[in-house]
Amino acid sequence: MNIADLKEGERGIVEDIVHEDIPLKLVEMGCLPGNEVLMMQRAPFKDPICIKINGSVIALRKNIAKRIMISKI
Amino acid sequence: MTKVKDGINVAVVGNPNTGKTSLFNALTGLKQKVGNYPGITVEKKTGSLKLAGGRKAFVTDLPGSYSINPSSADENIVLETLLQREKSNQPDVVVVVADVMNLKRNLFLLSQVMDLGFRTILAINMSDQLEKRGIEINTRKIEEAFGCAVVMISTKKRSGLKALKDKIQESHQHAMPFIFDLEHQDKEIYDELHKIFPEASSYQAWLCLSQLDNIRILRQEEIDEINRFKSNHRTDIKSIQHKETIKRYRFINQVLKESYSRKIENASGLKERIDRIITHRFYGYAIFAVLLLLIFQSVYSWASYPMDLIDMWFAQLAQLARTTLPPGQFTNLLADGIIAGLGGIAIFIPQIAILFFFIALLEESGYMSRVVFLMDRIMRNFGLSGKSVVPLISGTACAIPAIMAARNIESWKERLITILVTPFTTCSARLPIYTIIIAIVIPEKTFAGIVNLQGLTLFALYFLGFAVALLSSYFLNFILKFKTKSFFVIEMPELSRPLLRNVGQTVYQKTQAFVVGAGKIIFAISIVLWVMSSYGPGKEFKNAEQIVTEEHKSEDGNLENKIASYKLENSYIGIVGKSIEPVLRPLGFDWKIGIAIICSFAAREVFVGALSTIYSVGDSDDNIETIKSRLEREVNPITGHKMYTLPLGLSLLLFYAFAMQCMSTLAIVKRETNSWKWPILQLVCMTGLAYISSLIIYNLLK
Repeated sequence: MNIADLKEGERGIVEDIVHEDIPLKLVEMGCLPGNEVLMMQRAPFKDPICIKINGSVIALRKNIAKRIMISKI
Repeated sequence: MTKVKDGINVAVVGNPNTGKTSLFNALTGLKQKVGNYPGITVEKKTGSLKLAGGRKAFVTDLPGSYSINPSSADENIVLETLLQREKSNQPDVVVVVADVMNLKRNLFLLSQVMDLGFRTILAINMSDQLEKRGIEINTRKIEEAFGCAVVMISTKKRSGLKALKDKIQESHQHAMPFIFDLEHQDKEIYDELHKIFPEASSYQAWLCLSQLDNIRILRQEEIDEINRFKSNHRTDIKSIQHKETIKRYRFINQVLKESYSRKIENASGLKERIDRIITHRFYGYAIFAVLLLLIFQSVYSWASYPMDLIDMWFAQLAQLARTTLPPGQFTNLLADGIIAGLGGIAIFIPQIAILFFFIALLEESGYMSRVVFLMDRIMRNFGLSGKSVVPLISGTACAIPAIMAARNIESWKERLITILVTPFTTCSARLPIYTIIIAIVIPEKTFAGIVNLQGLTLFALYFLGFAVALLSSYFLNFILKFKTKSFFVIEMPELSRPLLRNVGQTVYQKTQAFVVGAGKIIFAISIVLWVMSSYGPGKEFKNAEQIVTEEHKSEDGNLENKIASYKLENSYIGIVGKSIEPVLRPLGFDWKIGIAIICSFAAREVFVGALSTIYSVGDSDDNIETIKSRLEREVNPITGHKMYTLPLGLSLLLFYAFAMQCMSTLAIVKRETNSWKWPILQLVCMTGLAYISSLIIYNLLK
């Protein structure tokens, strides 16, 4: 499962990222394997989504969120 | 940054939203200069301060950045400044600004800066929030682990600044590089880089390789060598960057485990609730729309009083010049050329300041990023990004900073479309034209006690600007074929009450930069205009008095007005205006408006100034007259009625709504897109659209 599958308020742990497809900026902001991610909110029309990771609240589009594999907790 | 003897060069870096600029303001006060970086127009803010013992420090505020690896043109500046090769241009001290809430991410940037070997100070801001949020920080442990000086500060409460100033003088160099380790990660690249850059550290050299396209400090032979190396060896730059990132965070997590604790996860439920409402699928959009409406309405209503005052002052000033100075060419130039022209720009200082005030408020409070989040999905239908909202809104102040604000849009196609359509938004340079034309041709009526017809017209023009911008994006999205991945990442900073001190400083700086920039052009154009309208070739100009007197022999009374306008018609500028009149006639414009349009090609706001210069030259009265009353009095020589009628007014309004009448914007588009193709396309399409729509509206209503 990936980040985009989480419902609002659910948490997961980042397992794997496809690094060719993920902007370096996202990785540097803490989107790394092992970090906990919290789905904060989806924008109207379900895209983009807003997550909390590594202490930062970040908005990203679904197409990128789908590249970040997680396991739910 | 230029080295001054005995001074210390200080560079301030930090993540966005850490209060970096507040710190800069607190350190330097009003001793600031806003300039440009050579070759690009990112604002470069520098200031100076006196340290204890009398030494001076020269502080540069670098753009906000999450990492040394840039993901936008703004962030390139940070990298380039820190990689400066000339000793005299390098910072002596780098202050990394962090905040107590996002320390982990802030330390990431710190670790990169320290790997470059700078004398570094970590300034942890918002220390006034520690107790409220249940955060404890052991600065000594961070100091020991990183080997840099650490100071707790609060720009809000103005605490810790003295300690920071002392550290700027005292703190010492540390050993480098301490995290980045290319030698063990990829020996082959390490050796090769060492050959190309024998004097650089491995991290400096690695940044030159991995950020080759983003920096301009390398010599051509170095670039060639790197490219040769790159084509022979398949290096996975991204993979090395990822490993570097992981390594840095591993170190940071270790340090923070022993030095940082946070008891309360969320300090405020109220902020979260507000956040929910302003990003709500219904209320969110409604609030945004109401806010925009409020802003534009108040720009119009708040600004009108000071604008009338300024208009009157300049009229009085011109009058004063005429009555106190001895009559002659110089007095004429001063009163009719320079004062009239400068009045044309001074008049819209109130509007631009109010607009910058609102935009600064939206940015400072963190609301702007909510709008980006809210609008992204909708904007994508038009080939734009949520981030395009910021340029489109800032475009209501000025297209130039707006087009530069498009730099943080990750996808090239989305960024290009944003750049191309932003000049359609109603910039403040259009406002003086709109304001004056609306005041003349739209009746001052009020509906239902609140909706003012003139205000409504202005709002309709704002709306028109946005609508045409979106419509053009929609077409461009179809026409332009690029294969680019669309990335979109934006941080949502916590909502906060904006610091009025910061907002005030932003408004002051932006307005000043704008007025000085536009003022220079207008000043020059006013003089040229005055010369061209005060002199003419041929007999007609020289013998104007005689010719007019003979023509009107039978009439009594004062012929001065007729002589003056006959002179203007036969002056150099009159000849130019007359020669383009046939093209403009179908739109209802006469040669005087034609002159103003030519002059305002450099910058729209020149239009009103130019018209006022033209009319005051053709005017021999010594009355104090405002620009507005001069235009209202103008008579159409063909019909004998008032010149500024509703059809002409609307035709002018539409022309200025669409036409690409701004050289500076074209120049900035050329620079941002790195090609003449796009500004030329913009010029042709926008001015073409302007001509056609003016033609249609004038002939429909005539």
